[in-house]
Amino acid sequence: MEITEDTVKHVATLSRLEFSDDEIGKFTEQMGSIINMASQLQEVDTEGVEETVQVVDRDTVFREDKPEHWQGEDRETLMENVPEKANGFIKVPVIIEKDDNE
Amino acid sequence: MNFKSTIGLEVHFELKTKSKIFSPSPVSYGAKPNTETNVIDWAMPGVLPMVNKNVYRLGIMVALATHAHILPTTHFDRKNYFYPDNPKAYQITQFFQPLACDGYIEVEVHGKKKRIGIHEMHIEEDAGKNTHGTNGFSYVDLNRQGVPLLEVVSEPDMEDPEEAYAYLEKLRKIVQFTGASDVKMEEGSMRVDTNISIRPAGQKELGTKVEMKNLNSFDHVRRSLAYEQKRQEQVLLSGGHIQLSTRRFDEATGKTVLERVKEGASDYRYFPEPDIAPDHISQEWIDEIAKELPKSAFERYDDYVNKFGIKPYDANVLLQTKESSDFFDAAVAAGADPTLAANWMNTQVNGYLNDNRVNLADVKLTPEHLAEMIKLIQDGTISSKIAKKVFAETIANGTDPKKYVEEKGMVQLSDLSVLEPMVTKVVDDNPQSVEDFKNGKDRAIGFLVGQIMKQTRGKANPKVVNKLLNKELASR
Repeated sequence: MEITEDTVKHVATLSRLEFSDDEIGKFTEQMGSIINMASQLQEVDTEGVEETVQVVDRDTVFREDKPEHWQGEDRETLMENVPEKANGFIKVPVIIEKDDNE
Repeated sequence: MNFKSTIGLEVHFELKTKSKIFSPSPVSYGAKPNTETNVIDWAMPGVLPMVNKNVYRLGIMVALATHAHILPTTHFDRKNYFYPDNPKAYQITQFFQPLACDGYIEVEVHGKKKRIGIHEMHIEEDAGKNTHGTNGFSYVDLNRQGVPLLEVVSEPDMEDPEEAYAYLEKLRKIVQFTGASDVKMEEGSMRVDTNISIRPAGQKELGTKVEMKNLNSFDHVRRSLAYEQKRQEQVLLSGGHIQLSTRRFDEATGKTVLERVKEGASDYRYFPEPDIAPDHISQEWIDEIAKELPKSAFERYDDYVNKFGIKPYDANVLLQTKESSDFFDAAVAAGADPTLAANWMNTQVNGYLNDNRVNLADVKLTPEHLAEMIKLIQDGTISSKIAKKVFAETIANGTDPKKYVEEKGMVQLSDLSVLEPMVTKVVDDNPQSVEDFKNGKDRAIGFLVGQIMKQTRGKANPKVVNKLLNKELASR
């Protein structure tokens, strides 16, 4: 797969990031070399080999439906990382556009 | 030129669990913002999701109730997107191997039965809720982040808005009676997205589709589809073409409004979720769940009307919610006469719930108490007038009707040795009434019954009193 400046711009848009032209040039090169290295894997013959979704040696790990309330300090600690809050809400710059979700 | 419409529906149901799908945070409606969250919902570094077994169980119930094929192996996938309602920047969903596929439901539209296919259904997590302010900020509440959802994707089998409406009604009723979801559109526990395309009759390939999201009611679904069908026809007839786009329904004007045009497919970069092991759904487990599956609304209707002889209208009122139907079934199981129980449910119980704006689950009335009270009426222990008082006490305070009636001395007076002298006396005291009765004035009896009721403080059995009075008056 070839990484072009357009690929980098596309990924940046998806991630809601903005880069200068210089940065885009630099990232194109860096991403290109990473992808090229990974591309070596394409040379392995995987004909007839089932896709690996998981590498852990277990499956069907369930939890019972029991609610646990986080109270007091634990709960307040969660809000400590919030840059701005209002009435218990997390305050963020308004973004009406959402890429097609919900 | 004639056009054919093709409609598909995507319906999200919030599954009724006590805790979230991947974290043990509680799930409830209306909690204070961000209080029902923990480190997993906030996507703190190092946390790992763990699947709530009940989410699968409820999903499997719906799959069974819609004749869907449950996949023996499923796994979760990541759908990547950046938006402040989801701190992980991806939604965990089932993209490659959904819970179930190839189901169907049967609807009846324009007098014809039609089978509408369900393409697939999968379980996934909901995102937090964003409230947009007018001051350039949005306010995020992560309580909803991680609430389990079941998304049911129909085949594009519907050809007009009426079919879409019928499909939704039926699907809601099916899911409601599995008990898997509250199916309340106003509370967001059921959400509907639609898509519609049209094509000239005879053309095989489908037209470009338009999506509509966040529709508030079934009626909006029907109206927006009808509007969109016409709009697209006019566009095509005037030589235009339909844009791949999302539109929104404007309630005030009844029109659909362009929200945004889509340029190419969305790029969610789905990949298998590495933090959750694949799940194997055994046939034994499916069989176990099938045994627990509650009776459907349609089976219940059949029982009510054909077995119990309840009027179709009353049966439908009982079947408006699973709670009221379950309550009724339990009252009948406790020995209540079905017709009387249905009447009490649909008039007194519903009246009380509406007046006090509460749900059946919130009141202290039990099916056993309702059954007991109905038995007291039937065996003549209390009059139906007194029953209303007993009912008011029982539903408000959970008092045992039988005990209450005994303690308050409300037992109906049917004893002839007490009533007969009273009747003789009241007729003696009111010669005018005897005259009126002989002249065919029925009201005369009513007056005398009233007198007896007054003397017994409403405890006299009206049937017995009527009988005695008739006898006495006729003999004069």
